[in-house]
Amino acid sequence: MATITMDNLCKVYTGGVQAVTGVNLDIADGEMIVLVGPSGCGKSTLLRMVAGLETITDGTLKIGERVVNALEPAERDIAMVFQNYALYPHMTVFNNLAYGLKNRGFKKAEIDRRVREAAQMLEIGQFLDRKPRQLSGGQRQRVAMGRALVREPAAFLFDEPLSNLDAKLRVQMRVEIRQLQRRLGTTSLYVTHDQLEAMTMADRLVVLNGGVIEQVGTPMDLYSHPETTFVAGFIGSPAMNMLPADFLRAKVAAEELAHLPAKADLIGIRPEDFSTAPPGEGDLVLSGQLLLLEPAGAESHLHMRFEGFDKNVVVRLSHVPAAEEGQDLTFSVRRAALHPFDLESGQRVA
Amino acid sequence: MQTKRMTFSGKWLPYALLAPQVIITLIFFIWPSFQALRQSVYRQGDAFGIRPDTFVWFDNFKALFADPLYLNSLKVTFVFSVGTTLLSMSVALLFAVMVNRMIRSRDSYTTFLVWPYAIAPAIAGVLWWFIFNPSIGIMPYMLDMVGYDWNHRRDGNDAMIMVIIASAWRQISYNFLFFLAGLQSIPHSLIEAAAIDGASRFKRFWTIVFPLLSPITFFLLVINIVYAMFDTFGVIHATTEGGPAQATNILVYKVYRDGFVNLNFGSSAAQSVVLMGIVIVLTVIQFRYIERRVNY
Amino acid sequence: MVENNRWGNFFAHVVLILGVAIIVFPVYVAIIASTHPPGTFVRGVMPLWPGTHAWENYTTAITEGRSRAGTPPIGGMLWNSFIMAMAITIGKLSISILSAFAIVYFRFPFRILFFWIIFLTLMLPVEVRIVPTFQVVADFGMLNSFAGLSIPLIASATATFLFRQFFMTVPEELMEAARVDGAGPMKFFKDILLPLSVTNIAALFVIMFIYGWNQYLWPLLITTDPEYYTIVMGIQRMVTGGDSEPLWHLVMATVVLAALPPVLVILFMQRLFVKGLTETEK
Repeated sequence: MATITMDNLCKVYTGGVQAVTGVNLDIADGEMIVLVGPSGCGKSTLLRMVAGLETITDGTLKIGERVVNALEPAERDIAMVFQNYALYPHMTVFNNLAYGLKNRGFKKAEIDRRVREAAQMLEIGQFLDRKPRQLSGGQRQRVAMGRALVREPAAFLFDEPLSNLDAKLRVQMRVEIRQLQRRLGTTSLYVTHDQLEAMTMADRLVVLNGGVIEQVGTPMDLYSHPETTFVAGFIGSPAMNMLPADFLRAKVAAEELAHLPAKADLIGIRPEDFSTAPPGEGDLVLSGQLLLLEPAGAESHLHMRFEGFDKNVVVRLSHVPAAEEGQDLTFSVRRAALHPFDLESGQRVA
Repeated sequence: MQTKRMTFSGKWLPYALLAPQVIITLIFFIWPSFQALRQSVYRQGDAFGIRPDTFVWFDNFKALFADPLYLNSLKVTFVFSVGTTLLSMSVALLFAVMVNRMIRSRDSYTTFLVWPYAIAPAIAGVLWWFIFNPSIGIMPYMLDMVGYDWNHRRDGNDAMIMVIIASAWRQISYNFLFFLAGLQSIPHSLIEAAAIDGASRFKRFWTIVFPLLSPITFFLLVINIVYAMFDTFGVIHATTEGGPAQATNILVYKVYRDGFVNLNFGSSAAQSVVLMGIVIVLTVIQFRYIERRVNY
Repeated sequence: MVENNRWGNFFAHVVLILGVAIIVFPVYVAIIASTHPPGTFVRGVMPLWPGTHAWENYTTAITEGRSRAGTPPIGGMLWNSFIMAMAITIGKLSISILSAFAIVYFRFPFRILFFWIIFLTLMLPVEVRIVPTFQVVADFGMLNSFAGLSIPLIASATATFLFRQFFMTVPEELMEAARVDGAGPMKFFKDILLPLSVTNIAALFVIMFIYGWNQYLWPLLITTDPEYYTIVMGIQRMVTGGDSEPLWHLVMATVVLAALPPVLVILFMQRLFVKGLTETEK
């Protein structure tokens, strides 16, 4: 168990591509940190820098009290779960789990004990004599987890471990990994591009974009108070609607927007913050034409077109309304649900 | 030239790993080739060192290309390579197309057709030499019945035909395997589409199958020319020894005779350099082709 | 419509059976000839049905050969061929897999240069540098030795390229996982890469063994001592040694014995052979 401290970490590839720039992050002991961002944002690179699979161009990385910049992956006391699992195809499950322990000179009895313990925890005990190719995707995923588990490392590193699984299994494994991590209390760094996975698993989320941290915080922090337009757009599905302030000003009474700072020229509204209930005191009222209705059972997504704004606005309702496409609909939005941003800097202004 | 995204560190280890291969290459490949290049522009002195080697510029090459025997050898090599290549490739293609139709018997036919590849060119030569033996061979016996007097000891054309058959025979296996692999990689839907478009079986072969095989055909063309030019030394040496009257004296056999039997080192070296040039050109063609095929 | 019609299939079978017959014929004739007494080949046409002297001819060939004409019994030549083929095969495989490992898994100065040096071997077959190569081997005192028969032939660009190509397809993460698991380069090579390469090694083994067994020009150049004759080149000595007609019954018995090992290798390892052949040339 250990803390991980990143101090101004930078990665520049030979050829000059700046993959990670000035990342500062303190991870507490036992914390589950999820790195999330679009592909190419540097999240995998950052994880691999922690693992020791990429050299650190600049900055300091500490695991526990130790500066590990120059250490080999094996010396960092970390374990990693790879996206494609990276199981040794010619070794049995048992040997896959045992390989790292053997290399570290563990006694046979100790190896045996740890492997069986991990196998039991992951319910792969009956597969120990099989080769990876005889296992299903989910079982392979468990073996990959097991290989990390037996090491009892200071930290787990997960590199998109669920992205090769089908949707149903992904949800199941998500829960299992989270429960396991809580139970073991091992500091973990988890990379994913799936924002739902990120939200549900993280103690704290780190949103990366272009090699720079956009925002760090608990999932609900990021959801209810995105600091940048990027985070606002990335967290939440369907994505937050971004409306120009000028357009809103033309639509609603001036005093309804008076509380917003002058610099707020872009207003974000989450799809679920539109309501069909009658407007209360100080709420915004917006009406437009329904272009497309997507019923999804428990909820529905309405693609709306408001006059004076040339993009679709998505509205999410917790029921399927009895409306026809082409019909005009009116919604109310609470004033507190507006997310004001400065268009130029992309920063939140209130 | 790619490596892995991440590589091992090690100052001397990679050099140690490469050392055996590189040292052998330098000593037994690069150095002798360099020597051949050097000798090709020198006239050999005598063995006692009284008359030292003299630098003669391109005299050896000039002499070579003025030598009617060498020009004849070039011609012979050309006929021999083209003959061997065409014979083995066309027979192999025929077999491959026929075997590709089969479902249950495909593997058995393949087994029967691949094993000649295991037979050394020299042995292939001896086998056909026996069959064509003018006094007891079965082929001359049968040819005699249709009025042809076969004698590869006297008739240069007969000798040429014999060494071509012997060389092509062994290579059929190789070409067959590649053609069969090529045929099997053609998507069946293409053939079906052509059938729906109304192409007859014959037309389907020439307008769909054959063009799609062209990368493999081209590749085999180069490989077979290289084989005919360089790997058939044994066929010639074990049977005709270049005769009768130089009729089967291919370049590789001549360079050996001139170097080892006639001890004409300058000329032999110049011939080596010419051969080197030919291999280099063929190798470059082959690898440019492979580069293209990667995108294909 | 696209399916085969019956007449077409019949025709194809006829073509193939005839083809197989022609392909097999030379070897059939050789086997038949090796079962007849020497008198059969004096006049008339060669026999097409088995004779009765098989045992006699083969034992003579293996134990005596044509000793009087200066060629040793072929028992020894078979053994020499086997040693040479194995030495060439194992040599090629080991130095090639190590080179490919260095080229793919390390980054170091002059890497590209080394790659090109290895590539050059493709362009310089023995046939184009006969005399100087002979001189080098003679200078090293390697004439008439197994070292001379094998070492100069074990550099292999094809095998190196095949291993390189295969290593490039091994997932990156395997090496990374091994490093996280505490394996250094040689441990990774031994524990992971080598076991994964088994099929490729076996396929190349088949190809290289046939290549080694069938060497002709090279043993011809560097062996003058019959002690070191190999079977494939020895046949030529049997055919041309002496002025008279070759002793066909012995020559053909030798031919059969010389061809048998590589043919058996292909027949029993057809799948590996095809894989090796089609992949080395890609």
